[in-house]
Amino acid sequence: MHPAPSVILFSALSGLGFGFLAFLGWGALQPEGLAAFLLWGLGYGLAVAGLLAATFHLGNPKNALKAFTQWRTSWLSREAWASVTTLAILAPVALSDIFGLGLPRLVGQVGGTLALVTVFTTAMIYAQIKAVPRWHHWLTPVMFLAFALAGGATLSGRVWAPVLLLAVAAILLASWKTGDEAFAKAGQTMGTATGLTRLGLPSVLDPAHTAGNYLKREMIFVVGRKHAAKLRRIALALASAAPAAILLLPLGLWGIALAAVLHLAGTLAARWLFFAEAEHVVGLYYGARG
Amino acid sequence: MTALPGPTEKRLGLVIDLDTCVGCQACVTACKGWNDAGIGLSDQDPYGADPAGTFLNRVHSYQIAVPDGPAQVVNFPRSCLHCDTAPCVTVCPTGASYKRAEDGIVLVNEDACIGCGLCAWACPYGAREMDAAQGVMKKCTLCVDRIYNETLPEADREPACVRTCPTNARHFGDLADPESKVSKLVADRGGYDLMPEMGTRPTNKYLPPRKKGPGDASPLAPLLDVKATGIAGWLDRMLGKV
Repeated sequence: MHPAPSVILFSALSGLGFGFLAFLGWGALQPEGLAAFLLWGLGYGLAVAGLLAATFHLGNPKNALKAFTQWRTSWLSREAWASVTTLAILAPVALSDIFGLGLPRLVGQVGGTLALVTVFTTAMIYAQIKAVPRWHHWLTPVMFLAFALAGGATLSGRVWAPVLLLAVAAILLASWKTGDEAFAKAGQTMGTATGLTRLGLPSVLDPAHTAGNYLKREMIFVVGRKHAAKLRRIALALASAAPAAILLLPLGLWGIALAAVLHLAGTLAARWLFFAEAEHVVGLYYGARG
Repeated sequence: MTALPGPTEKRLGLVIDLDTCVGCQACVTACKGWNDAGIGLSDQDPYGADPAGTFLNRVHSYQIAVPDGPAQVVNFPRSCLHCDTAPCVTVCPTGASYKRAEDGIVLVNEDACIGCGLCAWACPYGAREMDAAQGVMKKCTLCVDRIYNETLPEADREPACVRTCPTNARHFGDLADPESKVSKLVADRGGYDLMPEMGTRPTNKYLPPRKKGPGDASPLAPLLDVKATGIAGWLDRMLGKV
């Protein structure tokens, strides 16, 4: 799949933002005054920046409001609802923290939980797609939630944040292992895609078109897989090992900031791989596999 | 609504005969021509160095290594299969992608499409292409603007690809009616679904190519075993020893 920067930024930034908002909502920090303004601002900033990045992916964004209508069947529509509801419910909690209004924490807990639901709906947009075997797995939502929780714990300076960061590494390794086997396990080949196995072993004689098209650009992306092994090590080091180690050092706020920046960079690398390594079964018609 | 309508009374679709398709691409051209005039299918740099464009129908060509017979060439048209459980419909966040309850045709309401591309991701068959100029999703409409169009002569009230096919490799009809011409073709010829494990339950069916008999020996075969004589023969023997 084509690793579009807008989609990578969307899932990485909004994942981190909603993860942090979950911790703020649940009252992990309970900041006051200016500190509250800055921290809630950071959470909202990341989440909203991610959502805005997503709109750059749209070919026809003027209809964006219609995306709220199909929540009964569409995970993308559910995500629209979950994200907007989360931001709306947490807004008074943020104001209460900033101005010391004493709003019951229960509201924050509801909003914080919804923030994680939002991350789950984002992951399900990908996990639901059977035509991309690497994504169609329960580890996809687990991985997205792990990133959100580890990023949120890092930003809110939890002492056990390093544990969550290391869990991210374990889940990444597991998702790569299952992901590498997923396409073969799904059992689709050029033979099943065309139904021509009933005759023998097919291979491409002539391409359907010599020029590029949307399908090839969007779903039969091959550039970048070459460096996959290297990028995986970079993702593990930046998203997990380095920030976990830094958080163990007595660096205070600067340590947290550095760890969060490194973790975000690692998240971007991991998300690049999430798209670039994902193979769509439509590639079979073009001889992308077997 | 992007909820699927459930079993539809009619299941309009295509039956594509891979035995008779010669890969002439006439269906590709006819489809592009009709739908370009209708919904609009843009091209980018069509006469330049790097042309690209939106098509609703593409014809691939495959060669097949047949274990106990001569190799075969199969031309393979690929377009929307108008699936019963179309994954492209349920993923749509706006309701732009929908399946008609009255005849099972899967369509895009371009006025509601946001161009997110998720439906194209959900389709295993590559049936949908985003129009780069319009930013909305395009797909086969089964020529819904032809098949019910009473201003057209009756013979033309079928999809443009079917109407134009010079070898009659494409058939249009109601696959829910067991007595229809297309249903009988499917029953007689063992029509099959593409990637049935994807759970999409396609309406369109493909008729398998008939197996060819053993190939005749080439009339040129005797020439392959030419024995050189004279000086050439002497050279052949001598050089063979060196």
